[in-house]
Amino acid sequence: MPAMTMTEKILGRHAGRDSVQPGDNIWVDADILMTHDVCGPGTIGVFHQHFGKNAKVWDREKVVIIPDHYIFTADAMANRNVDTLRKFVAEQNIKYFYDVGTPRYKGVCHIALPEEGHTRPGEVLFGTDSHTCTAGAFGEFATGIGNTDAGFVMGTGKLWVKVPPTMRFVFHGNLPPYLMAKDLILAVIGDIGCDGATYKAMEFDGDGVYALNIEERMTLCNMVIEAGGKNGVIAPDQVTLDYVNARNASGKKYDVVTTDQGATFCYERVYDVTKLEPVIAKPHSPDNRAYVSEVRGTKLDRAYIGSCTGGKMTDFRAAAGILKGRSVKIDTFVVPATSEIAAGLKSEKLNGQSLEDVFLSAGAKIGQPSCAACLGGPSDTFGRLNGPISCISTTNRNFPGRMGHKEAKVFLASPLTVAASALTGVIADPRDCLQ
Amino acid sequence: MQSTITGKAYVLGDNIDTDQIIPAQYLTFNPAVPEEYQMFGKFALSSVPASQAGLPKGHVPFHTKDEFVSDYRIIVGGKNFGCGSSREHAPIALDAAGIEAVVAEFYARIFFRNAVNGGYLVPFESVNRLCDRICTGDDVKIDVENNLLHNLTTGEQWQLKPLGEVAPIIDAGGVFPYAKKVGMLKV
Repeated sequence: MPAMTMTEKILGRHAGRDSVQPGDNIWVDADILMTHDVCGPGTIGVFHQHFGKNAKVWDREKVVIIPDHYIFTADAMANRNVDTLRKFVAEQNIKYFYDVGTPRYKGVCHIALPEEGHTRPGEVLFGTDSHTCTAGAFGEFATGIGNTDAGFVMGTGKLWVKVPPTMRFVFHGNLPPYLMAKDLILAVIGDIGCDGATYKAMEFDGDGVYALNIEERMTLCNMVIEAGGKNGVIAPDQVTLDYVNARNASGKKYDVVTTDQGATFCYERVYDVTKLEPVIAKPHSPDNRAYVSEVRGTKLDRAYIGSCTGGKMTDFRAAAGILKGRSVKIDTFVVPATSEIAAGLKSEKLNGQSLEDVFLSAGAKIGQPSCAACLGGPSDTFGRLNGPISCISTTNRNFPGRMGHKEAKVFLASPLTVAASALTGVIADPRDCLQ
Repeated sequence: MQSTITGKAYVLGDNIDTDQIIPAQYLTFNPAVPEEYQMFGKFALSSVPASQAGLPKGHVPFHTKDEFVSDYRIIVGGKNFGCGSSREHAPIALDAAGIEAVVAEFYARIFFRNAVNGGYLVPFESVNRLCDRICTGDDVKIDVENNLLHNLTTGEQWQLKPLGEVAPIIDAGGVFPYAKKVGMLKV
């Protein structure tokens, strides 16, 4: 058997094949299908249209439904969409539904999935959201799909997939205190462009990756879609397995899959992380890369810390380290990705003060767990850019209109850089204010 | 699939992402509800910055007479058309607005899949960069069988790449009819 990358091996196994090659079109079995309030109603429509009014999903324990996008809004249509999910869950007896207004409510699906034990090494995860690729951090094949594909999976448990060639990114060294995974992935996207990985898998490797905690690995994989990647993936180590085993829903068995020695990569690039500087993506594209040092002093109106990319405990710990005992100069919005993280902001202390207190004392506003203003949303969304203002954000996209107003300017950066900039009201280098 | 697709071209640049094609605030409409499907046509391309809307001049409205359906039938784009989110509302918005084909240098993966698997429009790839060579408002004709785009306004002719492995899915009208045809789906 020829040597294969882990993406090829996972896809091959899910198609019942010992060997596959990049370019092969294969039908694969899904382990989990995730959908949410924005794409769920359309997916359910496709499912009923093609399988019939009384059709049942292929496996009620493998369809995971996580409302997260437009939750805390008065928008009647948005609320109607969550009702559509509720009705479907009741009709199908879906086991894993994290409903709004209940103790099960979670928030952002990509963080909720691992927290609730739906991500496991070696599996195939499809989700109706482009950032589904986040779960590659757990050593699985995870990718975003549309409503039609999701409707198809819902009824059959299968989908056709073209096996992608794999690009390999190797990081060496320990991150200096002023850098985060966000800087690494923005550097990669800046290097290869926002179409540099189109139709390809992006595999991350090297001691620099394995020195990162699981949340930081999720940040790396989360943004592969910003380079056009089909999936991002990191082979599991003990850190991965400890996280997965502590949370694995129903204790499901899984196989650890790794890349074979001698597997073929279509591209390879090595980074020494100790030599990198804080990176920023200027408006209006995630690949419009600059070093923070090149744009420091640029005037800002707002700072935003949240989303699947930059709203995890590691992100808030980093931001709190800079904001503690200081005051923000511009409107600063803090949005924990999930309810578990929101609870963590209350319980975790930094020198005796909860992270929540650190943010509130600094003058930041804290929102409820959800996608919030990362993708704009209805006009009453917390933190949404309703005018042509400048915002520095820990989120993942800055195309025109992404966070609301189409003339707003969005700069993407790490939580450290965003916190440093919030203190000064201009783009600032975290190296100047680490405490 | 029809053998020719004819109509006026609307020209856009590189990296037209799904937020520009259909802004997130309109994702509250459910495409599975027919009355709401047409709303995506109304708001199609509404977040493209005015200077980039309808190249080469820009500032060309996508909708003229009808607020839901555009007069344009074919979109000509640059690189990485449809990048960004996985929202199927993007090809739906173009379909609802009356777009039958997009001709771009290449596509973001999920937009391409959604366009093909949902059967909304035909995503052609051009051999040359056409968004610098075709003007918004030009009358164009796509000869599907011969992979050619004729610019009827200028008399120029451009080569398109063969649809290749997705042609059978486009021919069938999407992934559901295709899967039935090849025996993957029995409903």
